[in-house]
Amino acid sequence: MKEQAHLELTRVSIDFPTDNGPFRALDNVNLKIDEGEFISLIGHSGCGKSTVLNIVAGLHRATEGGAILNGKEVTEPGPERAVVFQNHSLLPWLSAYENIELGVKQVFKGKKSKAEMREWIEHNLELVHMTHAKDKRPDEISGGMKQRVGIARALAMQPEVLLMDEPFGALDALTRAHLQDSLMEIHATLGNTVIMITHDVDEAVLLSDRIVMMSNGPAATIGEILRIELERPRERLVLADDARYNHYRSEVLKFLYERQKRPGEDSENTSGPESPETGEPGSSSKEDAQRESATTLRVVAG
Amino acid sequence: MSTEITAKKYHAFNFKWLDQFLGLLAKENTSNVASQVIKSFSIPLLAVGMFLMLWSVLAAQVETSLGVLPGPAKVWEQAMVLVDEHNVEREKEVAFYERQEKRNAEKLAKNPDASVKMRPYTGKETFFDQILTSLVTVATGFFIASLIAIPIGIVTGMSHTLYTAFNPIIQLFKPVSPLAWLPIVTMVVSAVYVSKDPLFAKSFLTSAITVTLCCLWPTIINTAVGVSSVDKDLINVSRVLRLPWLTKTMKIVIPSSMPMMFTGLRLSLGIGWMVLIAAEMLAQNPGLGKFVWDEFQNGSSNSLARIMVAVLVIGLIGFMLDRGMLMLQRRFSWDKSAVLR
Repeated sequence: MKEQAHLELTRVSIDFPTDNGPFRALDNVNLKIDEGEFISLIGHSGCGKSTVLNIVAGLHRATEGGAILNGKEVTEPGPERAVVFQNHSLLPWLSAYENIELGVKQVFKGKKSKAEMREWIEHNLELVHMTHAKDKRPDEISGGMKQRVGIARALAMQPEVLLMDEPFGALDALTRAHLQDSLMEIHATLGNTVIMITHDVDEAVLLSDRIVMMSNGPAATIGEILRIELERPRERLVLADDARYNHYRSEVLKFLYERQKRPGEDSENTSGPESPETGEPGSSSKEDAQRESATTLRVVAG
Repeated sequence: MSTEITAKKYHAFNFKWLDQFLGLLAKENTSNVASQVIKSFSIPLLAVGMFLMLWSVLAAQVETSLGVLPGPAKVWEQAMVLVDEHNVEREKEVAFYERQEKRNAEKLAKNPDASVKMRPYTGKETFFDQILTSLVTVATGFFIASLIAIPIGIVTGMSHTLYTAFNPIIQLFKPVSPLAWLPIVTMVVSAVYVSKDPLFAKSFLTSAITVTLCCLWPTIINTAVGVSSVDKDLINVSRVLRLPWLTKTMKIVIPSSMPMMFTGLRLSLGIGWMVLIAAEMLAQNPGLGKFVWDEFQNGSSNSLARIMVAVLVIGLIGFMLDRGMLMLQRRFSWDKSAVLR
């Protein structure tokens, strides 16, 4: 066995200052991730999934404990931990190509020649099947295509860990399925370590090597970890009738809806637990609430 | 094809009806478009007609010491007179130079060594000269203001400390009327700008600087708001990429705040143009403000009509300046979908 994990979260806790004193959003999160592993973080809104991701990204500093990547503590954001943001976060005034170029120029300055950089950008666009739209600006392409470009931008930084914050949350079911397939294909080719936040149980089971299920906040922590031992490549149609797949699925559902029943499940989603997660009060609680209920509906229907 | 090009050009001025009219010329056969054009044509036309009617009826009721308040017809007549005066003055100028050249030529013919001089024409400035002076003055003032305000706006938007430092000063000076600035500016210009052969007239500098002082604030405030409200995720992108400060500013912050910046610039230019007229009246800068003031002092029976011509021209130019800024905004801002009014 390896003595040192690729990425290690040790006793991570975080407090956010509020008017009523510090609010403990995360408490004692411990997680070891191997190289090339695909990890999903799942849990109810406000359980601190995004905070975990942001700590690994370096966008937030943990109050106690911390993240160690390849033996080095994470203290600030950096391209070796590329982030795919939920709402794609492409620069609207740049074309798809230029959006990726911004990162590539920064990361490979002095390491790649101009021609090599162009080739690399085009290669990454190819990976997400977006070569045809490389000169289009974000407002000229669909939501799914924007997210593809967002993924290409992250991949083009040649990250050691790819961090995805609900990358497909805002997409319709069909587009989401396409992107999931693309992501599996990319993961199979490149073998990146991936940490992905999701609200979607099927997505988590289909894509992950392990599903990390988080308990509800405040002082949220890791509730259970489920290892998904389905051989790759995985086919969603084949798996739909697979007993093991359905077993994993129901395990996650049981965790979410029995063991971690949301406090005040039926009442309106208050902004209380939401604000610490994103660090800015009331940022997207409404959106989250909607997505949450959409997920619930789908789960019930499925 | 050519009509299409014109249509595009006019689109920039955001005349909806003109767009549609030119659009109609471009593709003549759509009757649907025709009825739309008639609709969007007829409503503004009707409104303008009613305004003119009300004006002529109501104005006739008011008896001033300079005669009856002029109606549209009288104003139009005076507008034509102003055009004629301009043409006459230009002819005089041409004639003046011709006379000089002729005289000089004769002189040289008699004595090839004679020193000849061309004296510049110093006739009185016409209405159109004054319009030009006003435009140059406002452009100067606005340009200086933008040069100062945009960088200040950017740094105050990016740094909370600087914002706290600048904010009281901005809030204090923002509501000050140009009329209050003017005496101070006049005295300062007189004291500081001492030159035997001045490049600019003092009245010009005084007016331009007063415009600058009033133009600064909307641009600073709007730029700062635009810069400080850059999408947090985009800032996070720059953090993940570890972009250096300059790249971050040039590639993310400035493009992102461009729409707000232009909002500020448009407000500033609008204020600048209004301020200019008042400043010119008091500083006696030979622009539209001075024209209005002189006509008022002159007090002939035509004065009121001539002032009204000036009022309409001031309005028209103000409108065109605003449209010009909109054109620039369309040209330079990425956010083409923004509602531009």
